[in-house]
This record gives sequence, C-alpha cells and structure tokens, in this order.
Amino acid sequence: MATFVIRRMGFLALTVILTSLVIFIITQMLPGDVARVVLGREAGEAALEAFREENGLNDPLPVQYGRWLMDFVTGDWGHSLSTRSAIFPVVMDRLRNSLLLAGMTMLVGVPLSIILGIIAGLNEDKLADNTISIGALTVVGLPEFVTGLVLIQIFSRWLGWLPANSSIAPDATFAEKLPMLILPAMTATMVLLAYISRMTRAGVIEELKRPYVRTATLKGLPRRAVIFNHVLRNSLIPAITVIAISFGWLISGLIVIENVFNYPGLGRLLVFAIDRQDLPLIQAVAMVAVVSFALANLAADLIYARLNPRIRLE
Amino acid sequence: MLPAVRDFSLQIFAGETYGLVGESGSGKTTLAHAIMRYLSDSGEIVGGRIDFDGRNLLALTSSEIRDIWGREIVFVPQDPLSALNPSIRVGEQVAEGLRVQMGLSRKAANTRTIELLTEVRISDPGRVARSYPHEISGGMQQRVMIAMALGAEPKLILLDEPTTSLDVTTQAAVLDLLRDLIHNTDAAVLYITHNLGVVAQICDRVAVLYAGELVEDAPKEALFEKPLHPYTQGLLASVPELGRHKSDARLSSIPGRIPSPQERGSGCIFAPRCPLAIDLCFSERPRLDASFPDSKVRCHRWPEIAAGEIFAWGKINNPEAVASRPPQETALQLKNVEVGYTLRQSLSERVAGRPRRRVMAVDGVDLSVQYGETLGLAGESGSGKTSLARAVVGLVVRSGGDIDLLGLSLAPELSRRSIDELRLAQYIFQNPEEALNPYLTIGETLQRPYITLMGQLKADARNNARRLLAAVKLPADYFDAYPNRLSGGEKQRVAIARAFATSPALLIADEPVSSLDVSVQASILNLLSALQVDANSSMLFISHDLAVVGFLADRVAIMYAGQIVEVTDSKALPALPHHPYTEALLSAVPSIDPATVQQVIQLEGDIPSQQAFPSGCRFHPRCPRYLGDICRTVEPPWQVTETGSRIRCHISPDDLRAAQKRGFDNEGG
Repeated sequence: MATFVIRRMGFLALTVILTSLVIFIITQMLPGDVARVVLGREAGEAALEAFREENGLNDPLPVQYGRWLMDFVTGDWGHSLSTRSAIFPVVMDRLRNSLLLAGMTMLVGVPLSIILGIIAGLNEDKLADNTISIGALTVVGLPEFVTGLVLIQIFSRWLGWLPANSSIAPDATFAEKLPMLILPAMTATMVLLAYISRMTRAGVIEELKRPYVRTATLKGLPRRAVIFNHVLRNSLIPAITVIAISFGWLISGLIVIENVFNYPGLGRLLVFAIDRQDLPLIQAVAMVAVVSFALANLAADLIYARLNPRIRLE
Repeated sequence: MLPAVRDFSLQIFAGETYGLVGESGSGKTTLAHAIMRYLSDSGEIVGGRIDFDGRNLLALTSSEIRDIWGREIVFVPQDPLSALNPSIRVGEQVAEGLRVQMGLSRKAANTRTIELLTEVRISDPGRVARSYPHEISGGMQQRVMIAMALGAEPKLILLDEPTTSLDVTTQAAVLDLLRDLIHNTDAAVLYITHNLGVVAQICDRVAVLYAGELVEDAPKEALFEKPLHPYTQGLLASVPELGRHKSDARLSSIPGRIPSPQERGSGCIFAPRCPLAIDLCFSERPRLDASFPDSKVRCHRWPEIAAGEIFAWGKINNPEAVASRPPQETALQLKNVEVGYTLRQSLSERVAGRPRRRVMAVDGVDLSVQYGETLGLAGESGSGKTSLARAVVGLVVRSGGDIDLLGLSLAPELSRRSIDELRLAQYIFQNPEEALNPYLTIGETLQRPYITLMGQLKADARNNARRLLAAVKLPADYFDAYPNRLSGGEKQRVAIARAFATSPALLIADEPVSSLDVSVQASILNLLSALQVDANSSMLFISHDLAVVGFLADRVAIMYAGQIVEVTDSKALPALPHHPYTEALLSAVPSIDPATVQQVIQLEGDIPSQQAFPSGCRFHPRCPRYLGDICRTVEPPWQVTETGSRIRCHISPDDLRAAQKRGFDNEGG
C-alpha cells in the first residue's frame, strides 16, 4: 500500500509540474507587455527596461519558470498588478470560500445523487428509475444560470426564505454564511446530480448481475443484506472517481454560479483577474485550481484502493 | 415466450446422488435455478410442481423460499472466483451465512467457519479465512464455496459443474473431497456436469438433458453399459478415453449443434442430428417411456436399440483411423529454451538496491518434433506450456536457447523473423470466442494470411479462402458472415482453417478443444488430425487433458514447473512406469467406466511459484514417491525405460514400475 501511495503522489507531482509549465507558457504567450501594463502608457523605454531588469523579465524563460515555480511553492505569489495587494492572502481567502461552498455541495449533493442512483439502479427500467433518470437529465440539461435564477425566483423572491445575494463578508460567522450557501450549493448539486446518479445507477445494475449476488441471495440473506453488504460497496467504486473529480471542479470551476449569486469564490476571482489582464493573479488562481484537481484525484485513487482490495496488490 | 426446459421430471431421494448431464445450451443451469426458484426477471416457471420435503416449492412465498435457501437447499456454482464477493474476506463470506442461517453469534460463526474450512481440507484455514478471493487458488476458492454450502447441513445440494474451471489435479482433489462429503451426508445431491467421467465416478443415477428435455434417465451402471438414447450413445462414443489413440479409430462425433429454443420443431428434438431418425421422429415427439424397470428413455426406436438391432454410434465400427506415421527427420528442434520475465520491483526494493527478481516460466527445455509428427504437451496450469508454445512462434520473447524450424534458426523476437519464417509456424488459440476479430467477416479473416503472408492478389486470396472454408466443412454462406453468427465449435473451425491457410510446417494448438463441448470436441480433434495429415504439418498440441493428448499425439511431453519431466510414446501412456508426476496426472483423469474404482493420487500443495523453484527435483515437495535427501538436493538425471519413455527422476525405472504396479494392483483389488 505504501508503494501505491508513493507512486500516486509521484504522479501527482508530475501532473502539477506539467500543468504549471503549460500555465507558464500560455501566460508568456498572451499579448501585452507586463512592464507596460504595470507602468502605464506614458512610461519611457528606459523605465520599462529598468523594470524588466529588476523583475527578471529579461532572464531566459527556463530561469523565469524555475523562479516562478519556486516562488509559488514557498507561498511568495507576488502582488496583483491591478490591486497592488499581495496575492497569497487574497487567493487563500477566496479558496476558503470555495472550499466552504464545495463542502456544502458535497454534503447535500453526493448523498442525494448516490441515493437516487441506487434507487434507480435497483429498479432498472421501472417507473422509479425512469422518473429519476429523466428528472436528472432534464436538470443537467439546463445551464447553471437558468437553474440558479429559477431557484432565486422561487426561494428568494416568492418565498423569501433565502437571500438572492450570497456575497458573504470576510468576517461573517458560519451561522451568517449558511443561508447564503444554500442556493448556490443547490444549483451546483443539480449539475452534479445527473453525473453521479447515472454512474451509481450503472454500477448497481452492473454489480447486480454478478454471480456473487446470486451466491449471497442463495445463502438465504435478506434482500437488504445482499444490497447493503454486497452490492453497494462494489457498485460505488466507479462513482468515486466522478465524485472526486467533481470536487476539483466545485473548487475552481463554479464561475457561472458564483457570478449569478455574487459569491466571492475562486471562480469570480479568476474572471476578475482575466478582465484586468492581471497575470500573476491568473497564474496563482490557475495553479490553485490545478493543485486542487490533482489532490481530488489522489483522494479518488486512495478511496478506490481502499474499496477494491485487488488494486492494493500492485 | 420460449421454453428453455420442457416437462422435466425427476425424483431424488435423500442420500442419493443424481447426475444431470448435458452440453452447453441444454438448459441444465436453468433447471438448477428453477429447482431453487431462483430465476432471472425474464425467466418464469409456467407449469409443474417442485416438491421438496413434503412442500410444493412453487406455492411458497418469497420469504418462505428465502428461509429454505442456504439452510435446506444449497447451490455450489461453476466459477468460484466470480461467485465470491471480490471485496470481502472469504471467512466473513462464510460466517455471514452462518449468522443468518443458524442465528450464530459473530464469534460462534467465526469459530464454525474455521471448522468448516478444515472440513473441506484447507490446511491453513486461519490464513485462508483472512484472504480476499483473488489471493487464494481456484481450488481453495471452490473449497470455500463448498464450506459455505455445508454450513447449515442442507437436505438438498445442487452442484453446478463445481470442478469444470479447475486444473486436472485440483479437480481430482475436489472430486475426492466431494465424494467423501456426499458419502457422509444424508442430503440428496444433484450433480450437474458435462463431464461423463465425473458422473461415472460420483453419481448413483444419471439424467441426460438435451436441448431442455430429459432424454434418458437410468441408474449409472445401466446408462454407461447400455445407453438407449442415440444422444447418450453419441456422447459416450465421443469421449477420448485414456489409452485410445487416433491410429486405432477416429472419435465418433455428433454432427450439427444443439438447436436454440426458436429452432425446436414438433418432432423428436434430437432427430436433426440423429443417425437413426426415421419419418416418425420428425413428425411426432416421443414420450418418456419406462424402458427397464428403473430407467426411462425418450426415443421412438429404443426397443430396437435395446434389442441390439440398430446402432447409432459403434465404438469399434469406425475404421477411418489415422495411419501410423513412419519416423522421419526432425522438423522443429528446441535446445535449452528459456523464457524468463523480470518482475517489477516495489519502491522499497529499489531503494534497498535489491537485484531485480526474475521469473522463469520455461527453464531449459530440449524437445524435437519430426515432420508430420504430433507432439503433445501436458501439465497443470502454470507449468509453462503456453509460454513455451508462444516462445516458439515469437509471441513471447525467449530469454535463452535455440529454436530451429526446418533448419532455419528462429530469432527470439517476432519482429526479427522473416515473412517466410512466420508463414512456417502458425498458432491456434484456446478461446475461439476471442481469437476472431468480431469486425471482420469469416471470409476476410480467412483471406488475410494469403495476402499478408503469401503475397497473393485479392482475387486469388478470395478463392483460396472459399476452398479453405469448405475444407473445414463449414457452409459456403458463412463466408460473408460475422463471427457472432457462429457457435464456439464453428469459430474454432475458422481459427483452424486460418492456421492451415499457409500450409505451415509447424502448427501450435494451445488447448484448442478445452472450451468446447464433448461432442464438438471430437469433431474438432478429427478435423485437426485430418488436415494435419493432408498438409504434412508437424504439430505441438497443448492440453491439460491427458486423454485428449494421448488420443491425438504421437509422443507426449509432460511439463512441470518450467521443465520437461517425461517424454513418452503416447501408446505407452497406459503402460508403466511413469514419472511420479505423470502418474498423478494419469490417475486424476476421471474414467467413464463406472466399474473402475479410481485411486486418485493427491498432490500436496500447489504448483510452485515461478519465482522460487524448489531445489533438486522441482517436484519433490509434492512427490508421493519422495525418496529422501537426494530428491531435495540433486537434480534428477534422465533415465530411459523399457517402453522407451525418458523420465527425469532419481528412482530407477524398475523400482518405479514395481511401486506403480503395486499401487495399481491395490486399486484393482
């Protein structure tokens, strides 16, 4: 098992390095001169050159890349070009918010999707299955801004239960944040619902056909025990990967949802940075996204190995 | 709705062991499931009664039937690996049943599990109980399934091909275990199998199932001595018994295939394949008649068959034997061939700088095959047979030794062999289902060797491919068919045709019949030997079944743990002496003569791991004729017996013969 974990971590490091290279190269290729952006239109050529020299922009690209990567690892993420403030605390603050929303979504969405998937799988091609499958596919077909706006209309405008604006303050308590999290989490859940429940459904149907289910049934076990002790454990294995990858997406990919609800997460920060061509900020947010995706995948692999004893041998 | 099984009646008494024989597609597993009232959503019992211990099972509610499952009626399936939950330790899988069936506490169930595992002769029950299914051998897995079934002391045990997926020696050990367990229980046993030898050895009565119908039902002795149904006769005649050789007589085979439920007509279900069918057979379905006081048969002509007036398949009156082959020159020569694999190291091993471990699948094999000769290669799975065969054709890169074919020295790598060399050696794979490309028509598959290996034009290749199709006796309209339309036997015919396309000097057949039914197996063996004679090819024929090898091969090489331990003339197989390993293999073949009381030589333990072969003689840890320290420390020499066999053993041939004769006499008397 130790070898397995170490090998997976090695893969993770490699993925992060490769993607960081891509991020670095792409930001290098973007139009616009950093020195010009920072110093403004009126700056003279001498000032620009001095700025470049001072910030190492004239060094060969590999040197710049190495320095950038080391700075990233040590938490020295530089200053935002647009706001002039230090990037690290800003991104960390947004990351906390994103994690909160992601966690909330997982808490609500994953059990819901799995339960619906199991019900659908156990009732293959019957009414319950068809209702759940069509319902989930309908919801996933709608863009997030539509479901988000519908939810706002219902729960905020008509019922008045929840706020439409989720722009949580940095110093808010959890009790203050909670009502603001519910609508964005519900919207994100609707996106995930179809994926996770379809995977779970497929897993349950697949496992129900396996001969060991017959063994368990003919042992005289009650149906309940056959499902819970035998089928579920194995049928959740394929859904695990989807769930873990969804977690990565929840952290940095909720751009539309965060904008609809005005939620201060990483997604909105990324949009802000791109708007202002704020290169260091773009790089930092992108790197955080990459690392969170990689960690989510590592978690998926480890849970997978935990559930599946055949993997652990390798 | 299509009937899978039609008016099937059977009575099993407590303490009786009933054999249910049938080929694939005969409906035997459906029947077993129906008896337990365990049917898939699409299956339904539309009529009849199932009385068990005074109750009609069909009238029970689903919770009542659940109380019967596992407690009173138990089921042991064919493939133990897939029948066990891969992510639960096997001990827990046994204990779980005990807790539900017997209401045992967690602790009591665990204790009882260990007892049960000991009862099924697992020597290390504690370790096995803590293992996951994939961590233990197939034999162990099946023992666990049997232990699971015995826990609640059931009244009816259904065994569905419980040894079919196992190696010969493992099969023999599990059969021995089952025989003893069945002997010591009052339960009624229904033993489902396609293997007539197993039936002969284990059952009291036999029912023969064909295409969902009971065609014959008789006490075992009566059925084997005087089978009355042409189908039963055909089955018995197509089994290659130990000691039969292709130069004596061809195997009988039943033409055609089992009709699918859609194809079944109104007459006798076997009529289309029956050599004795008359008009009546096609128009009217025969009843199940009581033939002898204790037997039943479903055939219009059974009185004539019983009186000996007509024969469906005679064992002797089949003169089309393959002529014996005069000795010729060597075609294939293997010298000291080795196949080794380097294992991947774990990180800690790499850090510690340990040398890379090597696995030897084949370790120093010398063999030769003459022009037109068939050399059989037999041994348990894991003995290295397939690695050796693949090294010859270059599918596996050998790590040492020389391979000469017709004087050409073959390179280890396939990529370094010339087209001519590739054409000379062809391979037939074990599983015809996977050997044919499902996206190519049969015609396209058969044209390929002509185009790629012989450089022929498309038009010529087409014509040749058509001729080939006819040569393996397949209908011409299969040319444009895709493999999914063909049965397993027909697919194997296509694979054989493809292999013979280039008139290869050497044909390697790797278990070509082991996935096929007995009646089909016979026709494939006959086809193989006929084509081989026509093409004057040499053949390396691999099988775990010594009866099949002995029938088809001229000489037989026995392989154990990567080495050859005996090379013998196949006609000398029934004679003595043999290497102790060969002796054990021979004793493990279930005889279809119920009068032979088989004394199976049980081998202790499993075939050794290829990572750590035992010192001295590799067979010594399992050898029933272990001499002493010499076997452990010194590699045995080659010795030649009076019958001309070469044996790699420390025991002198005379002593071996004396010891084996004694064992033989004991078992006879």
